[in-house]
Amino acid sequence: MDHDSGFPLVNSLVNSSNGLAHQTGVPFDRRRAPAAMADFLQFTFSGLTVGAVYALVAVGFTLIYNASDVVNFAQGEFVMLGGMVTVFLGYAGVPVPLAAVLAVLIATAVGLALYRLGIAPAREASAVTLIIITIGASIFLRGVAEIIFDKRFHSLPALFGSDPIRIGGASILPQTVVVLASALLIVCLLWTFIDRTLYGKAVIATSANRMAATLVGINTRTIVGACFAISAAIGAIAGVLVTPITLTSYNVGTLLALKGFAAVMLGGIGSAIGAVVGGVLLGLFEAFAAGYLSASYKDAVAFVVILAVLFAMPQGLFGKTTVERV
Amino acid sequence: MLAGTDRFRLLQPHRLFPLIPLAIIILVLPLLFPSAYYYRVAALVFIFAIAALGLNLLMGFAGQVSLGHAGFMGVGAYAVAIGPSRLGIAPLLAFALGAVCSALLAFVVGRPILRLKGHYLAVATLGFGVLLTIVFTNEAKWTGGPDGMPVQQMTIINWTVHRIGTWYWILAASFLLSAVIALNLIDSPTGRALRAIHDSERAARMLGVDIAQKKLAVFVISAVYASVAGSFFALINGYVTPDASGFLRSIELVAMVVLGGMGSIIGSFVGSAVLVILPQALTIFHEYEHAILGLTLMAVMIFLRRGIVPSLSAALGGTYK
Amino acid sequence: MTALVAERISIAFGGVRALDGVSFKAAAGIVFSIIGPNGAGKTTLFNVISGLCAPDDGRVWLGGKDVTAFAPERLARRGLSRTFQNLQIFSQLTTLENVMVGRHRHESTGLVADLLHLPAVNRQNRVTRDAALKALARVGLGAMAQRPARSLPYGDLKRLEIARALATEPTVLLLDEPAAGCNPTETNNIETMIRGIVADGITVVLVEHDMRLVMNISDRIHVLANGHTLAEGDAAAIRANPAVIEAYLGARSATLEPASAVR
Repeated sequence: MDHDSGFPLVNSLVNSSNGLAHQTGVPFDRRRAPAAMADFLQFTFSGLTVGAVYALVAVGFTLIYNASDVVNFAQGEFVMLGGMVTVFLGYAGVPVPLAAVLAVLIATAVGLALYRLGIAPAREASAVTLIIITIGASIFLRGVAEIIFDKRFHSLPALFGSDPIRIGGASILPQTVVVLASALLIVCLLWTFIDRTLYGKAVIATSANRMAATLVGINTRTIVGACFAISAAIGAIAGVLVTPITLTSYNVGTLLALKGFAAVMLGGIGSAIGAVVGGVLLGLFEAFAAGYLSASYKDAVAFVVILAVLFAMPQGLFGKTTVERV
Repeated sequence: MLAGTDRFRLLQPHRLFPLIPLAIIILVLPLLFPSAYYYRVAALVFIFAIAALGLNLLMGFAGQVSLGHAGFMGVGAYAVAIGPSRLGIAPLLAFALGAVCSALLAFVVGRPILRLKGHYLAVATLGFGVLLTIVFTNEAKWTGGPDGMPVQQMTIINWTVHRIGTWYWILAASFLLSAVIALNLIDSPTGRALRAIHDSERAARMLGVDIAQKKLAVFVISAVYASVAGSFFALINGYVTPDASGFLRSIELVAMVVLGGMGSIIGSFVGSAVLVILPQALTIFHEYEHAILGLTLMAVMIFLRRGIVPSLSAALGGTYK
Repeated sequence: MTALVAERISIAFGGVRALDGVSFKAAAGIVFSIIGPNGAGKTTLFNVISGLCAPDDGRVWLGGKDVTAFAPERLARRGLSRTFQNLQIFSQLTTLENVMVGRHRHESTGLVADLLHLPAVNRQNRVTRDAALKALARVGLGAMAQRPARSLPYGDLKRLEIARALATEPTVLLLDEPAAGCNPTETNNIETMIRGIVADGITVVLVEHDMRLVMNISDRIHVLANGHTLAEGDAAAIRANPAVIEAYLGARSATLEPASAVR
């Protein structure tokens, strides 16, 4: 029995186990492992899959926020672009690997354009003004996607086929492993870049104090622009990798941005580790809530998390409580 | 030097002065309408102007932000839908109950939410609005689910409102009434306190202003405005869907407020007029509606942050209300 | 009766001890000055007294009542008012409206009356406007009433903040560096203004760096350094106190002359 919550991402995840049963003809093997354990594992795998995407969106958020104090609502659109551009280039005859690379490049260009045309010209904008600008950008990108592409769902072929791997009575798609491994790899690469290279130090300097960074000769415009570009690339890669599992369409960006933000809040705004942990935790919460409570309220989890964190623990798990000089 | 406040009263325009040109426009407009369609567009302008006005009180005057205000519109809309058809309540009573529910909801949620500032407040209100939408979408037994539900016509005792022309006058009066209330608030101790909060919470507190209470008050008031607008919207359309409370609708409201001018009563009307009329006028561009909305938001926030009416007013050298 | 008492106020931010056991008593109707080198904790002390942060330890009494950690709005209603070192003007309001907000504590119309603009609101507006105009006249800003507050020059803004604080009809007025950034003429005006305020029976607690102003006007001076009390006494005593001189100049010197430049 398929659940229909009205949200495609939700459906894909909740029904993935059932879907796999249809695809492969292999039912849940409840004789091998206790049903509860199998369910638990299944939900964990689902949770980790979306969690990895949320984590990547959250990392992109954090990179931009640290460099420029901007909460970038358009972050989700980069994920959407990664998937949709790859799909449509594929329809146009471009081989999928090349299409994927092009999609990431296009998304990167869009990210840079967002900074150059949307953020940099907004002089002395307040935090709320900047959020509204990025929301405008997100709606704009969504609107353009609506026109250029279409309103249907699309998929991509998985990297290693769609035969599930059986672990402890639960099934995990090979693509899920790809997503998780890639997320880990991207985060490590990013960390290495930030921590070990001179360019990365410039990013840290810009994050800490833009004025001071400018004074020591760092071109902060280039740095912040690069952060936008990198975030866009990360988002697009996430989009390409996860489309085989969760499908993509022109409007997946909005919800993803909101959930990415929930992950950032949970982990602590400004903390890269927090972004990853927050993303994965959020994915797990969602999967467990959908599995054990109610599938249709799955998307509500992220917003409940946002509100709970803001009221109870505004600095999140890894954030610093700021000491304000009155 | 100073002859006391009497001199000032003579020099100050009456607080309701800005409504005179609006009232004239409203009275004259129907003479120019060639068909019922125009009445409908005007009705929609009034409806969204009411919602934008409420949001403007919160954002433009008190300096807060709400990216989930359409949630309250949804409460009002579903109240007039659910009340008569599921609970057997008279439409007028359902209308009032919707407003009361919105006020209560705003009161309960507002207390913790308004302690937040800046982008935290923005995202919290956004989350709140989306949560409401999810509830409206899921509780199909009550709300008809994602496809929505029909709304009975407004009936007051025996009289049913079915002509769009009637709605025009009802809505025009409602808008003018809501503008009067807003202008009243601004020119009052509470209004001054709110405007002070916008500029410096710390200084306002040191002058004895209970900022938590004042922020909550304006949040509740703006929620009621949105609820009333939402109820009217559902009644005019005869139908309501969860989109009425959705994220996109909330952003449209914000766009109306910033486009028209934060802190400008007339600006709320102008912002609503632009964002209602333009899509209607440019039906060829219907596909591009979202793209244009996004672009408009960005452009206004980058280049015309004060909004149309204040910028025009400043260019013409005057002050504005 | 003592207007304001601070008893063993201590507060730390992160690892930094901003104030450590600071105590003083300010008698009613005097000018009580708090001085000290930068970073001594003067503004922090004001923030604790005015309710913007709660002390880790210690108590504050206003007019004989314990008001420790009361919120600023409660303190304002009990007669405490303050100006800000970095100016917290309501920039979107006119000069007059800024001071009208200062009358908030004395306004009595409720939310519903305000929304409906009942006749009481008209009366209240008129009363408030009159009182605000008087406060503006008292500091010499009457002519600027209708101008947007943000268009005023810096010296006038300092006076505006004082007018606004006075409009609350305080018993104790905290002035946070009123002469900062002012030229000698403006500083003289401030001095005259403070004398007038005290003459009206208001206790003035002053944080200030301008030594000439402090020495001329203070009835009592409390010296802070590194969050500790260094000394307290009248102007002459403080001027001659070697510990105070050392804290300011870092070396032994003759005396702290009020009128000459500090070498």
